[in-house]
Amino acid sequence: MIIMENSLSIKKLQEKFPASVLEMKTFRDEVTVTVPKKDIFEICKFLYSDPDLQYQMLTDLCGVDYFPQQPRFEVVYLLYSMKNQQRLRLKIKVGDSESASSVESIWKAANWLEREVYDLFGIPFDNHPDLRRILLWDGYEGHPLRKDFPVEGPDFDKPFVPEV
Amino acid sequence: MTINMGPQHPATHGVLRLVLELDGEVIVKTTPHIGYLHRGVEKLAESKTYHQVIPLTDRLDYTNAMGNNLGYVLAVEKLLGIGVPKRAQYLRVLMAELQRIAAHLIWLGTHALDIGAMTLLFYNFREREEILKIFEEVSGGRLTPTYMRIGGVSKDLPDGITDKIKDFVRAFPDHIKEYETLLTKNVIWLKRTKGVGIISKEDAINWGMTGPSLRGSGVKYDVRKAFPYSSYEEFDFEIPIGSVGDVYDRYIVRLREMEWSNAIVEQALERLPKGPVIANDPRITLPPKDDVTKDIAALIRQFKIASEGFQPPKGEVYVGVEASKGELGYYLVSDGSNKPLRMRIRPPSFLNLSALPKMIEGSLIADVISAIGSIDIVLGEIDR
Repeated sequence: MIIMENSLSIKKLQEKFPASVLEMKTFRDEVTVTVPKKDIFEICKFLYSDPDLQYQMLTDLCGVDYFPQQPRFEVVYLLYSMKNQQRLRLKIKVGDSESASSVESIWKAANWLEREVYDLFGIPFDNHPDLRRILLWDGYEGHPLRKDFPVEGPDFDKPFVPEV
Repeated sequence: MTINMGPQHPATHGVLRLVLELDGEVIVKTTPHIGYLHRGVEKLAESKTYHQVIPLTDRLDYTNAMGNNLGYVLAVEKLLGIGVPKRAQYLRVLMAELQRIAAHLIWLGTHALDIGAMTLLFYNFREREEILKIFEEVSGGRLTPTYMRIGGVSKDLPDGITDKIKDFVRAFPDHIKEYETLLTKNVIWLKRTKGVGIISKEDAINWGMTGPSLRGSGVKYDVRKAFPYSSYEEFDFEIPIGSVGDVYDRYIVRLREMEWSNAIVEQALERLPKGPVIANDPRITLPPKDDVTKDIAALIRQFKIASEGFQPPKGEVYVGVEASKGELGYYLVSDGSNKPLRMRIRPPSFLNLSALPKMIEGSLIADVISAIGSIDIVLGEIDR
């Protein structure tokens, strides 16, 4: 079971941030730890730099929309430790028109991943050096991966006719 | 001076636009612009049943369709908690490794073409054609096979195909030697690739690079070894790594990887177990095609699964596989309905490309071409 293997990470996390482990879930041997939004940067920094853990790689960072639940968004961080060959999933809950803090200064990989979350979910990241849309063009309205965005697009029956 | 490269440029391997800020011929800053091929695959998947998503995955990295299928079906199987028959696991490995060879062949041909070695492309496409013919016989499709199914694969190998695969496996090491005589000690090739586009171990990890691009920098990380899936732990293979982290190292790593893939294909054929190719779970897997035309119960089962799908338990899983470009991950969130609440694809090329500005900072404009070729990007996967 991964939770046994991961126990060092979790124990250290609980020691260092006793109030921050809000929820811990195991499903199919994968551990998910929910932490408060305000602490994510400090927690990531700790997991990255602690000599026993060394989560040096940010494998993935993505958003999930649980509309109409409140707070509606989750930002999911998947960390990987080369030293221990372990993955750890962290989660923060983000409400509508709230922002999250960027982890770009820890892992450069977060640069484009956070831009993508900003582009497709509309979650801004504080202290991000270059927060622009990445897949869609500048000036696009709306955030397609939100659940209240229609799958065929908002302008499906309104063909765009350029003015000549 | 600012130069715009792409989106329509033969050396960008698709529709990638780079805005290069130059000082003379030296690159000061690079700003990549992506998204020209964005089709909203992640959004589309949210409105389809789990089976209907498989064809979408073919079209992510269109040179590595089998590998994309494999990652997705493994994620759904993990979500459901079902097992896969041993023969199906071996067939998946067999196809994924053949596909890896085909993908690396495209990379080698186009990469060499960008740098000016045109001959190689024709050799590479000759061998790739053999693999595509094998795929066509096995699955019916060449580029988009959609061969994998949840719980197994769509059909067993047709008669006589094993001999064709064996012929390919036997001939391929000689072909690699052929490529090497053209490139490995070629002075022009060495001058264009040695010491170009260097990225250090630490940087490569920090930028989230994976696959041969990361291993070229000397990091021994391969998902097939770190988190073995689909019986990879039963195969003997090594992970080739580079030392400097330049374009040449990445080239050597991919060449050696093709040899090991060839060895894995050989092992998979030799040890191919007998048995069914798809798990028999009436609520989840499709019935055998023959039964559908003869047996009313099988027909009903086929209809129910194709139209309604199945309902996995609430939960979330992540499965990473070693695709030809790097770690391809699928993060599935289920809310208990027959459609995924969220399907996140972790594209390896996306993160490899994000490290490109770092890689070519301070180098010459001609080196941009070799650096792009060496990280082996496919825009279908980056833009999704």
